[in-house]
Amino acid sequence: MSENLIEVSGLTKKFGDFVAVNGIDFHVSKSESFGFLGPNGAGKSTTMRIIAATSQRTAGKVLVLGKDPEIQGPQIRAHLGVVPQQDNLDMQLTVSENLFIYGRYFGLPSKFIRSKIDELLDFAQLEEKRDVKVETLSGGMRRRLTIARALVSEPEILILDEPTTGLDPQARHILWDRLFRLKEKGVTLLLTTHYMDEAEQLCDRLIVMDKGSIMAEGTPLELIKKYSSKEVLEVRFGSDNNALLAPSMQKLCQRMEVLPDRILLYTDDAEELLKEILSAGHHPKTSLARRSSLEDVFLRLTGRSLVD
Amino acid sequence: MSLTQSARKVPIFGARYILEARLRTMSKWVWIILAVTILNPLLYLVSIGVGVGSLISHNLGSHGIDGVSYLTFIAPALLASSAIQAAQDEVIFPTFQGFKWGRMFYGMNATPQTGSDIASGVFLAAMLRTTLGVGIYSIILYLFGAMNSPHSYMAIPIAIFAGAAFGAVLLAFAAYTENEDKFFTIVGRFIIGPMFLFSGTFYPINALPLVVRFFGWISPLWHAIELGRFATYGHHISATMVAVHFIYLLAMLVFGLFFAFRQYSKRLAK
Repeated sequence: MSENLIEVSGLTKKFGDFVAVNGIDFHVSKSESFGFLGPNGAGKSTTMRIIAATSQRTAGKVLVLGKDPEIQGPQIRAHLGVVPQQDNLDMQLTVSENLFIYGRYFGLPSKFIRSKIDELLDFAQLEEKRDVKVETLSGGMRRRLTIARALVSEPEILILDEPTTGLDPQARHILWDRLFRLKEKGVTLLLTTHYMDEAEQLCDRLIVMDKGSIMAEGTPLELIKKYSSKEVLEVRFGSDNNALLAPSMQKLCQRMEVLPDRILLYTDDAEELLKEILSAGHHPKTSLARRSSLEDVFLRLTGRSLVD
Repeated sequence: MSLTQSARKVPIFGARYILEARLRTMSKWVWIILAVTILNPLLYLVSIGVGVGSLISHNLGSHGIDGVSYLTFIAPALLASSAIQAAQDEVIFPTFQGFKWGRMFYGMNATPQTGSDIASGVFLAAMLRTTLGVGIYSIILYLFGAMNSPHSYMAIPIAIFAGAAFGAVLLAFAAYTENEDKFFTIVGRFIIGPMFLFSGTFYPINALPLVVRFFGWISPLWHAIELGRFATYGHHISATMVAVHFIYLLAMLVFGLFFAFRQYSKRLAK
């Protein structure tokens, strides 16, 4: 077996006439944290489900742990931990029962699972909720339990589909911390997200997807370097004036994006640029100097924002 | 403990782990299940078995219907009908729950479990509940003196067989159902309901006009009742009809499971 845990080439998935994934190629190596960044409907989840051996591809080649998911689905799934986009915990059972039955689906011995449950509850910070029905847990707790559940079989690859969508900022940060610990332990992570901050924090390498195709691939830093400037100046002149004033600032920066509510000016020194704009007689209502992010990369590549 | 060997393998006969999980969920409702299992037969037996029974024996004598007492006549029917209802509840609701309401099947399917494993696990759990129900019901029937012919016990396996046949078909039906409201309205009201009314539970199906007898013919309950009456007290039917009843139920079981396995797998892969 090669060093790549996942190898994908020419992967295509069609639903009727609709092409959800359009001939994509990528690979993921051991202990890597690999992300799919893109808006809803980009084909991220479809790709994940094919890798997780729960959906069949239309064309292309896929190898997960050296096996073809179409032929050896159960054998592959025995080594995966999956955190789906929508929780599917058993609401009628308790936290520990959910972990227990899930371990049993892998055919794990009861004794092993029982000892594992303590470790997982500790990891998910759910010790006090051990005998509580899942129904009563908050959204963040449910997500943590779902992640703990995915780890019950000590998977070689952990697959997370939009792990923090719908969570409040605090719950997201707790979750990121947990995922970062897994990453430090060398667990191979595969995650989809439409949050650029999530991708920046958790991914060693990522692909930017849009409309079923890969727009770019690299480390977060590489992508920013390649597709954006070092810094960005965001200025707001009020929604009526943004488009009007934009042309006059064009020559001051390397590149600009005019959005309905603000203008993004790409430059290597945002503070300096702001001074130039002020001395040119423009007075934005608000201004923000910041570093470039993956959001800017996505905007550059697709002309659209990640989260509409 | 680090990685265990068993985590690296695909479990043999995965359905038993699904069964385990189903029993765990069902155990949360054990008192309700037991109450229904015990009260239902009591209510039926007191109201119809004893009430209607005394009316019949008053008018037609104590062996007035099909040559036997009314309780002996309805015992196999009551057993089969209870089996079918128990099987129905335990395949329909978990299927809707697993695919739609709680999506648990998708969680199961992310493990080595396949669609067929999940379908068989749900089916086996339903069969255990059916067997439990039939067991309790037959004890109550016995206490009421409705199980006193020499071959009365034969009604038990026949009832479970009927439950399995109908359960298998509904398992498939439920898996094909995207909109459960429609399912309950159409299948529940216009198919299952009439089927039970016209299956000859409380009187011979021959008493009905030919048009409505059709509901009996398609009903697994009617086939099970005919078999049950034949086996328990020697109700007169031809050997051909015995075979027809048996094959009808067997076909329901086989085709039901075949389509259930197929649709469970298909729907999970969607």
